[in-house]
Amino acid sequence: MHSDQQIKHWTPVCELGEIVPNTGVAALVGDQQVAVFHVIDRSQGEPQPRVFAVGNYDPNCDAAVLSRGLVGNLGERIVVASPIYKHHFDLTTGECLEEPANSIPAWPARIAEGKVWIGA
Amino acid sequence: MNIIVIGHGMVGHKFLECLAESGATDLKVTILCEEPRPAYDRVHLSEFFAGKSAEDLSLVAPGFFDADRTSVQFDLKLNAKAQLIDLERKQVLVNVAGVEEAMHYDKLVLATGSYPFVPTVAGNQRKDCFVYRTIEDLEAMLECGSRSTSGVVIGGGLLGLECAKALRDLKLETHVVEFAPRLMAVQVDESGGRILRQKIEELGVTAHTQKNTVEIVDGRQHTHRMNFEDGSHLETDMIVFSAGIRPRDELARQAGLNVGDRGGIVIDNSCLTSDAAVYAIGECALWNGKIFGLVAPGYDMARTAAKHLLSHRDEAIEVPVFNGADMSTKLKLMGVDVASIGDAHGKEAGSRSYQFTDERKQIYKKIVVSESGKHLLGAVMVGDASEYGTLLQMMLNKIELPESPEFLILPQSDGKSKPGLGVDALPESAQICSCNNVSKGQLCAAVASGVTNIGDLKACTKAGTACGGCVPLVTQVMKAEMKKQGLAVNNHVCEHFPYSRQEIHHLVRVGQIKSFDELLAKHGKGLGCDVCKPMVANVLASLWNDFVLKKEHAGLQDSNDYFLGNIQKDGTYSVVPRMAGGEVTPDGLIAVGQIAKKYGLYTKITGGQRVDLFGARVDQLPDIWEELIAAGFETGHAYGKSLRTVKSCVGSTWCRYGVGDSVGFAVRLENRYKGLRSPHKIKFGVSGCTRECAEAQGKDVGIIATDKGWNLYVCGNGGMKPRHAELIASDLDEETLTRYVDRFLMFYVRTADRLQRTSTWRENLEGGLDYLKSVVIDDRLDIAAELEAEMQRVVDTYECEWKKAVTDPETRKRFRHFVNSKAADGNIKFVEERGQIRPATVAEKKLLDIPVVVETV
Repeated sequence: MHSDQQIKHWTPVCELGEIVPNTGVAALVGDQQVAVFHVIDRSQGEPQPRVFAVGNYDPNCDAAVLSRGLVGNLGERIVVASPIYKHHFDLTTGECLEEPANSIPAWPARIAEGKVWIGA
Repeated sequence: MNIIVIGHGMVGHKFLECLAESGATDLKVTILCEEPRPAYDRVHLSEFFAGKSAEDLSLVAPGFFDADRTSVQFDLKLNAKAQLIDLERKQVLVNVAGVEEAMHYDKLVLATGSYPFVPTVAGNQRKDCFVYRTIEDLEAMLECGSRSTSGVVIGGGLLGLECAKALRDLKLETHVVEFAPRLMAVQVDESGGRILRQKIEELGVTAHTQKNTVEIVDGRQHTHRMNFEDGSHLETDMIVFSAGIRPRDELARQAGLNVGDRGGIVIDNSCLTSDAAVYAIGECALWNGKIFGLVAPGYDMARTAAKHLLSHRDEAIEVPVFNGADMSTKLKLMGVDVASIGDAHGKEAGSRSYQFTDERKQIYKKIVVSESGKHLLGAVMVGDASEYGTLLQMMLNKIELPESPEFLILPQSDGKSKPGLGVDALPESAQICSCNNVSKGQLCAAVASGVTNIGDLKACTKAGTACGGCVPLVTQVMKAEMKKQGLAVNNHVCEHFPYSRQEIHHLVRVGQIKSFDELLAKHGKGLGCDVCKPMVANVLASLWNDFVLKKEHAGLQDSNDYFLGNIQKDGTYSVVPRMAGGEVTPDGLIAVGQIAKKYGLYTKITGGQRVDLFGARVDQLPDIWEELIAAGFETGHAYGKSLRTVKSCVGSTWCRYGVGDSVGFAVRLENRYKGLRSPHKIKFGVSGCTRECAEAQGKDVGIIATDKGWNLYVCGNGGMKPRHAELIASDLDEETLTRYVDRFLMFYVRTADRLQRTSTWRENLEGGLDYLKSVVIDDRLDIAAELEAEMQRVVDTYECEWKKAVTDPETRKRFRHFVNSKAADGNIKFVEERGQIRPATVAEKKLLDIPVVVETV
């Protein structure tokens, strides 16, 4: 896990409102394709918006498509399912549940001033 | 050991089969058969009139008596009549074709069967009066039938009605005369008898109940005149007596064996008579004061006697005990289902009954339960006996009834299944499929070997493949066994909803639920996932037909539905404009071609008679569609679980063989059902004549023109597991056909599992094709109007999703690759092949060595 102290640089990628709740978008951060998700978390009672950032590139199919996957939970994990072969990736760690060797990078993400920020 | 078997009927032959199976080498068996032919199937005797020959009905397997096929020495003597039995000398005096001979036995088996009872009525011996027992009787009836115009069966029982069917098959004006106040008085109660009578009279057989024939005399218009006690009369050319059977016990009686007061050779639980060397089996035997006039108990006796006889030489043989038999029956009489189980008349003290009558559909059902209400004692069903299997098992195995047993026979709305029985309570030996004699143990073994769906289970065990009545029970056994084996049996959609798709559809429809969040809050948990979200989106769209990209639905859609295109392996999308019925104008084709050329798309003709354009990036989709819409196209829903295409042949407009305008009909159908969201994709085909050039019988819905209208086929499939579609109605006009399709599709939408095509849905549908027809055509569930209304709502609220998407700025904004850059996805690269683009392989991409991000123009 990342902690805010280690983050050298936070980049704003878009307004939170630009991401339809419970979907994702792709953002270009440097030359990296980052999949950013806006998830409404209902686990703590009141619905809370949360954001996640992982690599957009799915190594299982060699296509940059993860931002277009469906988000949800499998047990305790919040995941995205790749639209190509439906592999699941943990949004917090980037781990590929079915093919751990094909895991992807994950970055810290936060909401501030109505914007979504990615830490790197 | 010398064995003599007197009688070579069904039960006698079963006894011989048991001996042959034993492999014993020292048995010498002489069979005395008074008929001129070996054993034949008397149960299906009436099929003789439907064209079966005596050979077809034979029960003797070819070569059965040959010395090289069996270790037992069989000597079958035809036309051989036993005259006397001498118990002391162990001899039988036989007359074989006029020559008398005394034969010695060590063991004697009496399988003499029964004879038809002919009431003592003056004139009962007249010419053209018959009984219904042997093939010779039938041959004589056939001859008489050819010179008669009408026939009467005396006796309205099970066999009498079989016989009436035979007379009707001979094209005679047919009457049944019954002494009792109703037909099938033994098996059916008064209300059931009334429905049965209505149904049988509709089929052209006149029933006369409470008629006591006092004499048969010469008729005026016909050969006979039957005078009844009440002063009325009936004229006819031939009369068949079918007023019950009597055991043939005369040999036993004369030999001094114990016989019952009203006939029948007394036997014990081993089928031994009062003489330890003599057995009696079948309809001639009297066990515990009862004669069993059905073949199954006769077979049981044959097995018992054979084992008992053999056990004297081999102690390892376990001797079964004959313990009586259940006389429950289910049969189709002239196409009418009739079933009777156990104590059908509620004779047991304190018993109570539940009854259901539907006079419109002519269905009568009754169950009799014990005083405590816990056990089923009996049942009667007329017109529909689909619960026979379940009820029989409940009665036989004394399974505790559900709290409201009436629901066992009441019709169910919503296509929900009826309350079942706890199949765990059934013993392994319980016969689940009586047609093909499949036990619970066999079903469980199949599940243990890896069969986990009902279609496969039916294919590998043959259970439920004949009458289909046991399919619900077979399904329950399968599910229970899977559960025991720790296999996932629940058909829950996923961890977020403890329901099947069908149940969710019901919850959404009944609860008027309009969004995923609402459903999740009321009936689910967690955030949802890639399984339940698209499924719920699909159900919401089937029912309410909201725009799929509306903000609250957008996050539920699979990438295909979210971007309204089919995602390809490299993350690009394909674009398929609708060309209803495969019809397209030259201008339309040119426009598609120009747009493809402008955006550099790969083009291919699909199997569904339209053009597929590949290689469109997300950010290009709205522009491409804007141009397609301007050229008059709309979305083809190639990305949705919805109607794809209605394939058609060119039909009567151009084709010299065509008899119907298949293209016109296909266009109308495609425009009607376009946009309907369903559990899986749906394909139609419409052919203009029987040559079937549109391959309609390989489609979910297939329509073929006839010279009188259109034939409707359903549940076909090509693809992975081809399935021929089944005809459900013929010669329909367009309006009726469309209504049937409305009902069919909406019933499928309501009840299918997620991603279940109509073909697998149909394979797993309890009750099979008959049930499907009864819902779609006869409206058995009383939901036809509802289904049609639901379809009409979808039709009326249709909108082209792409038109809506490109004109709505909010939606259109989502069609970009990066939220924070106008760059396109640099990962998408093409190479050329056969003059068009194709996605570059990973190796090719490296070779191309182009910067990761390219600016778009």
